Amino acid sequence: MSPIVIKQPYHIEYLHSYGQDSPFFAGLSNKKLLGTKCPKCDYTWATPRLACTQCGGETDWVELPQTGRVHTFTTCYFGGEEFLKETPFHLVLVEFDGVDTLLLSRLLGPEQPEDIKIGMKIKAKFRRNSQLKPTDVYFVPAE
Amino acid sequence: MRPVYMVSGGVSKFAKARPDATFQKMVKESFDYAMNDVPKLKHSMIDGSVASYFSDHFTRQLMAGIMAVDYLGLCPKPNKRIEGGGATGGLCFQAAWESVASGRMKVCAAFGFEVMSHVPTWKGNEFIALASDVNFDYPVGGFYSGYYAMMVNRHMHEFGTTVEQLAMVSVKNHMNAYGNPYAQKRRKLTIADVRNSTMVAYPLTLLDICVMSDGAATCLLADEETAFKLTDHPVKITGVGTGTDMMRLSDRPHGEVMLAPNEKKSDYKNLKYPGVHSFRAGRAAGLQAYKMAGVTDPLKQIDFVELHDAYTSSEIQTYEDLALCKYGDGGKFVEAGYPFMPQIDYGMKLPKKGTIPVNPSGGLIACGHPVGATGLMQAVFAFWQIQGSIKKHYGDGELQLKKANRGLIHSHAGTGTYVTVSIMERGW
Repeated sequence: MSPIVIKQPYHIEYLHSYGQDSPFFAGLSNKKLLGTKCPKCDYTWATPRLACTQCGGETDWVELPQTGRVHTFTTCYFGGEEFLKETPFHLVLVEFDGVDTLLLSRLLGPEQPEDIKIGMKIKAKFRRNSQLKPTDVYFVPAE
Repeated sequence: MRPVYMVSGGVSKFAKARPDATFQKMVKESFDYAMNDVPKLKHSMIDGSVASYFSDHFTRQLMAGIMAVDYLGLCPKPNKRIEGGGATGGLCFQAAWESVASGRMKVCAAFGFEVMSHVPTWKGNEFIALASDVNFDYPVGGFYSGYYAMMVNRHMHEFGTTVEQLAMVSVKNHMNAYGNPYAQKRRKLTIADVRNSTMVAYPLTLLDICVMSDGAATCLLADEETAFKLTDHPVKITGVGTGTDMMRLSDRPHGEVMLAPNEKKSDYKNLKYPGVHSFRAGRAAGLQAYKMAGVTDPLKQIDFVELHDAYTSSEIQTYEDLALCKYGDGGKFVEAGYPFMPQIDYGMKLPKKGTIPVNPSGGLIACGHPVGATGLMQAVFAFWQIQGSIKKHYGDGELQLKKANRGLIHSHAGTGTYVTVSIMERGW
């Protein structure tokens, strides 16, 4: 016989804690971009982590510059279901002076991927009404 | 550790959807295929098994591994589930190798599956993207194709790689799959077809990206004594390597290249490594496997490669990780024709006629990517190549390589967070 296929709805409300990363999200609400820095190694993370990968020690919160450059980018015309309604959107990895790692963010402003150049200067903007999500910060061309 | 051999393998046909079968049935199809190929192997001689599947979200069934084990009739023997994203199958293959190499088992079955058709594609993309940091990455991008597109844009910026070079990988792998009856997509394409297909994440189009599938694969591994009792043509596993890297793409550091035996420090004077353009885990896995198998010049000593081409871009990046060419030269490597099959007409003029075929099966791009089965599927196709039994299993010998004494299989997770490399050789 032909197989019987049924639909099974599946909805969950997760209580997701940002845990030790929480100050980053609080920082966004206050228009501050926070990374972390190892007091021993001086290694600085743009995407914060509270333990140093080099020496294992605890890192300190530091404020990041609010201007940076496009390290790389893409334009997503499709996405996971949750983000489909936002497409197309540009993703960028942001590099900051004096910071060792990058930050994943959205870039607003340019229309086409051809309008985005690796190395172009961009600056941080903050969403007026914080949603306590990493998209509370986004970047726009600085010039 | 004692020597370990692969004695048989089987795959279910990879398809967009298999509503006619549950995952247990698909695993059984691949398992029975493998068992039928070694009639001397009795069910009772299998000492245990390892189960490979990636996502509980897709099956909506926890402990699915044991349900496949009981369907196969392998209870109450040992079993465990292995999970490591896209590299789940490769990790499973190596876990079975460990079971035999350690002396714990004489015969171990490695089986894997994924049923990705149970949700629409965009939900599937979301499930897969949950294999990225859910604090910082998933909520911003939530799309693996986007992550890989960022990596290749940097690769293009650093090294001058072109979208046409990416497209050549797609043309090659789809054409290879044309002769593989187990493949999901068997199409003759041109570079223009690839570039003109729907843009998914710039610069990657629909035909630069593998598809979701339902499917299963099984590998049967044995110790030396048992292997030669079961078959005259066992394939020896001579090298295994596994590498890891930070989950977040943005955290990849800038240091020095880990050098392959065929490379010099002066080759990479100004290269910041791995950056977001290369997979350090792939290089680490490759170097471990090469050392164990005594490979010092991979391009000359390896006859073919089945690698994890979830994206055309990641195939090019992986040529470099595996030291088939220098970092940065992956685009030129495909353009020159090295990774093509010498006997197949791709409708393109190629300067070199396939010296080290990559993905003779068609790879993930054309065969499909039922995640937990993929790494094992590569082992099965590599096993048949080395045995010289492609004609028997495909029903046509066009894809049989003349020289296939030593092959490399490669399984890859995340944006390069887990990578396995295993080396398989003619054992008789």
